[in-house]
Amino acid sequence: MNDTVSNNDQMAAGAPAVDPTAGGRIGDVILRVNEISLSFGGVKAINDVSFDIKKGEVRSIIGPNGAGKSSMLNCINGFYQPQVGHIWYDGVDYTPMRPHLAAENGIARTFQNIALFKGMSTLDNIMTGRILKQKASLLEQALYIGRGKSEELEHRAFVEDIIDFLEIQAIRRTPVGRLPYGLQKRVELGRALAAEPTLLLLDEPMAGMNLEEKEDMSRYIIDVNEQYGTTIALIEHDMGVVMDLSDRVVVLDHGSKLADGTPDEVSANQNVIDAYLGVAHE
Amino acid sequence: MEILHGIFIDPFITMYELPDLLVQVLWEGFVAGTLYSLIALGFVLIFKASGVFNFAQGIIVVFGALSLVGLHSLGIPAFVALFLCIGIMFALAWLVEFTVLRRLVNQDPIILFMATIGLNYFLIGFGEGVFGGEPKTMITAELGLPTGAFDFDILGGLVSLQQIDITAAVTAGVMVGGLAVFFNKTRIGRGLRAVADDHQAAQSVGISLNHIWIVVWFAAGIVALATGVMWGARSDVSFALSIVALKALPVLILGGFTSISGAIVGGLIIGISEKMAEFYWGPLVGGSIESWFPYFLALLFLWFRPQGLFGEKIIERV
Repeated sequence: MNDTVSNNDQMAAGAPAVDPTAGGRIGDVILRVNEISLSFGGVKAINDVSFDIKKGEVRSIIGPNGAGKSSMLNCINGFYQPQVGHIWYDGVDYTPMRPHLAAENGIARTFQNIALFKGMSTLDNIMTGRILKQKASLLEQALYIGRGKSEELEHRAFVEDIIDFLEIQAIRRTPVGRLPYGLQKRVELGRALAAEPTLLLLDEPMAGMNLEEKEDMSRYIIDVNEQYGTTIALIEHDMGVVMDLSDRVVVLDHGSKLADGTPDEVSANQNVIDAYLGVAHE
Repeated sequence: MEILHGIFIDPFITMYELPDLLVQVLWEGFVAGTLYSLIALGFVLIFKASGVFNFAQGIIVVFGALSLVGLHSLGIPAFVALFLCIGIMFALAWLVEFTVLRRLVNQDPIILFMATIGLNYFLIGFGEGVFGGEPKTMITAELGLPTGAFDFDILGGLVSLQQIDITAAVTAGVMVGGLAVFFNKTRIGRGLRAVADDHQAAQSVGISLNHIWIVVWFAAGIVALATGVMWGARSDVSFALSIVALKALPVLILGGFTSISGAIVGGLIIGISEKMAEFYWGPLVGGSIESWFPYFLALLFLWFRPQGLFGEKIIERV
């Protein structure tokens, strides 16, 4: 297993407190997934899984390939509608959740296989994240008058801040299709952040990255979580990253929940060791 | 030798000796070109938003024009009929979204293409059922479109510009300008480009695919209506127009399937070159080459620039 990542000093700052509810960082439950099941034809992707995410925490979902992690995120933001079960978000029962409802209510996400607008520049890609924040009428926008102008400037400034934060100033104008993988992942994070999300879903944000890129990405995640109080649901395979970043971890295997708890509890759980960590540790 | 002379020398001598004729031919080509551009624009809009080559675009042109003439023949004043037609175009966009596109989300483009072929034949049958199959005359005068001609005594001859042609060119220009601003400056435009690029990503930032599709099909419907009116005023309103609309294919190959400016330039190139070819080189083979010349030109073009003049270069990291 890759241990080096966890040696990073900056990551140590984001390591979970012993009691994750201590201090003011973590609040009440913001999202509750209740006994949901999802199947495609005869294949059960998720089988009767319940868990919750508390406001301000970093919540990881881990499990072997095919465990149903991505399907879970897809249910949360409405790409998939589970056949059974409920999703409560911010006190409201969203059954079924729909992608635009998720976006309107502050759920933003990134994808396992980067889903960017490849023909557009970095700047335009991140600007699309602000689409729901634009209120000017079409006429005002087309003629660039009134709110059309003031809004554009305001959103542009916001996006520039994100670009600075993610240190991607140099590729501002580059069509993202031309960027290397690691930078594309960063732009995708930028687009999600542009929506000022309450809940940020990250689907393997560090897959395929080298050590340095992973460290950068971990730092961004910690900063977003600490500075803006953004709740984060994270799917990641790198156990070093997961154990360092997460407040709580839920483990899925073959669509069912195997364990749920703090990183320490989860890594001490015999079922988890058998199913997953044991294999990874050899 | 005789043939080579006929191809490479004679036409240019004619052009030089009769400049007024050349100007007239160029003008005819320009006008045909603006109309091709308008049709191509309808294709481009839909292709950009849904990645679908909308086979039914031609019949929508006919359908728009037929509705206008049909409504007017019921005694509805021309301008009221025009507004009703805009409403019909919106209803059509909504229906297409609701009955076809929504059911086929995330299907292969070829499936959607097949669906547009189905839509094409449905609209032909429906249109003939409602309006009858015989050609009709566009209500040019009632809409206040000018019908005269400007004659110019220049270059040692007479050059005649039909006013309806000028109107068509101006209309095309205005529509293109308006659409360019709409799709580049507004959030719907940004949403449209986003949807064209990646459905899932677009949904994740809160863009509603359904809204974008309705907007785009409506915009394409408006463009089709304008094309139908202009084209109908120059010839007549019949289902044959939908075949002419396929001339948009070579235009799109030239201009690129995703570029609005490409549709304009491509349309003009096709329009002018087909009229030139017909007039100066057509007699060599007994005429009527304008029906196939654009396709020939498009084929030549494919050798050198498969993505079109303004098409987005396909970027693929390996």
